[in-house]
Amino acid sequence: MNIHEYQSKQILKQYGVAVPEGFPAFSVEEAVAAAEKLAAPVTVVKAQIHAGGRGKAGGVKIAKSLAEVRQYADELLGKTLVTKQTGPAGKKVQRLLIESGASIRHEYYLSFVIDRQTARVVMMGSEAGGMDIETVAAETPEKILKEVIDPAVGLQAFQCTRMAYGLHLPQAVIRKAVKFMQGLYACFTDKDCSLVETNPFVVTADDEVLALDAKLNFDDSALFRHPEIEMLRDEAEENAKEREAAQAGLNYVDLGGDVACMVNGAGLAMATVDIIKYFGGDPANFLDVGGDSTPEKIAKAFSIMLEDGQAKGIFVNIFGGINRCDLVAEGIVKAAKMISSDGKSLPVPVVVRLEGTNVERGREILQNADVENVIMAPTMEGGAEVIVKMVKEAQVAA
Amino acid sequence: MGILADKNTKVIVQGITGKAARFHTKAMLEYGTQIVAGVTPGKAGETVESVPVYDTVRDAVAATGATASVIYVPARFAADAIMEAVDAELDLVVCITEHIPVQDMVKVRRYMEGKKTRLVGPNCPGLLTVDGCKLGIIPGYIHRKGHVGVISRSGTLTYEATFQLTEAGIGQTTALGIGGDPIKGTDFIDALRLFNDDPDTYAVLMIGEIGGSAEEDAAKWIQANMKKPVAAFIAGRQAPPGKRMGHAGAIISGGKGTAADKIRALNAAGIQVADTVAHIGETVVATLKDAGIYDACHTC
Repeated sequence: MNIHEYQSKQILKQYGVAVPEGFPAFSVEEAVAAAEKLAAPVTVVKAQIHAGGRGKAGGVKIAKSLAEVRQYADELLGKTLVTKQTGPAGKKVQRLLIESGASIRHEYYLSFVIDRQTARVVMMGSEAGGMDIETVAAETPEKILKEVIDPAVGLQAFQCTRMAYGLHLPQAVIRKAVKFMQGLYACFTDKDCSLVETNPFVVTADDEVLALDAKLNFDDSALFRHPEIEMLRDEAEENAKEREAAQAGLNYVDLGGDVACMVNGAGLAMATVDIIKYFGGDPANFLDVGGDSTPEKIAKAFSIMLEDGQAKGIFVNIFGGINRCDLVAEGIVKAAKMISSDGKSLPVPVVVRLEGTNVERGREILQNADVENVIMAPTMEGGAEVIVKMVKEAQVAA
Repeated sequence: MGILADKNTKVIVQGITGKAARFHTKAMLEYGTQIVAGVTPGKAGETVESVPVYDTVRDAVAATGATASVIYVPARFAADAIMEAVDAELDLVVCITEHIPVQDMVKVRRYMEGKKTRLVGPNCPGLLTVDGCKLGIIPGYIHRKGHVGVISRSGTLTYEATFQLTEAGIGQTTALGIGGDPIKGTDFIDALRLFNDDPDTYAVLMIGEIGGSAEEDAAKWIQANMKKPVAAFIAGRQAPPGKRMGHAGAIISGGKGTAADKIRALNAAGIQVADTVAHIGETVVATLKDAGIYDACHTC
């Protein structure tokens, strides 16, 4: 789960991490009021969206007067920002962060992530702050410093000192930097983060260590013990279909195309998206319906795929290992009746590939069902090929 | 033969009184697995499918001499259950549970350092040694006894691939699901090493997916150490960056962990990678033929 920068900074403050003074604003008036309260010589107006690359996309403005704050807030609110992380559709700005400007002496990078190889939290730092860290990692990996943290004792002061000297921080701020790093790590473990990143963090002209930007991501599997984080969820930032699916216990990722698929199991679901593309189709989604799919759940999955007319065809790919194919088939028939206007017509072709436990019975149920537009596929390969062909033919006909 | 467990392995089931655990305990017993005890705190004295239940893993081990465990405990208690099994000095722990907080697994891995236990999973279907035993939820009937070992990060893809092998007349030794989480007990290299040392296994099928670099690391290890041919499949060629594809570990982040990178690394190590999920069986057959062991592996 992601949250906004201003929310991240509010959390970090609780861990003694210094951040610029600032307030969120949902309207131009709130933005101006916040700037008045800050009374800073320079005010920063920052668009709040769940994506990086905002600076380059024009989402961060430096205002030298209240009039400029008003002007920039007016420009940014309601604007759709397209950054390298938003995709071409971009994201609409609905919140701002109004902050005091800092006098920056140097910018640095610092993050905490979980490293798969060592199975530990790793602190990473770089002198190339404010830069795209992926570029730094690809071009000059030696400029990224790492400290692997032992979970039994946590991040030690000597590791922070080593990082601080490695980043060539001024001697005057070394102790502040240690406190800064330990605060970030405490937040990472306390809140079950999957990422804590500050890019840049800065040393100011008056020797403060400050998180100028802050990004926190949280482990979805641990949200059950963090209701305070769940409360920060901004539904406007999430894909409506993905959100609806998640609430129904479905694992759905919108891929934008028109050939939809419904699969049991995450690995097979990924592989099904791949095979649709292999045959020249444009995958609409990834969808794992899981092992215990009730007809209600399958019906919900169908209606999500068909929403806004996105799916022009649906490929159902089920390997009944533990699940029984006959139950899945019954689910599909019931779902078809639930979502169709006359109890039997599905608006788009549905190609079904069933394999595994009770497969013969499952095929029989689908063949004998009084539902139009359901086609049985003898094999997975055949099924994928047929659904792609049918969607293409429908496009030509239209 | 096969790896990790056979028909003589004595197994306990942690969380045995839960609904899914009861269902799978029955299925494991039917496959011939020696389920000797169950553990659910507060339920000592009860039985599930005639299997006695104990309050603690140590009690169950003391009473039965079990050396392995399968865990079906809910996510929020699963890390604790793994550590309890490790503390009881079991040889093998298979954790089926999905959605364990990642930082809980960081602690578990730290706790396991220097201990004798091997962990498989979490978020995995477990393992099945053909005609021997099964620990977990892999369906038995799709298998045929033979000489190919299967390793996979995904449950249904394991079944799909195994089914294709069986249909092609290629039997298996053990199918092992290592799980879809980023932090886990057994990774590809551990599993490859076990199959490399198993005289009954002549070749290995490895099924990976996007996220992390375990497939790239395995490719290097195979080139340097593997005595047996390996075929592969990678799921997620079309996965967009930054999106979690169902499994907690299946995410392309920071430009790393793409299917293209993994396929390139495997190909560079001389490993054939199936172009689609429908061709996994064919790719294994081609690999066996190239290695001149197709007849030895064709079991029907």
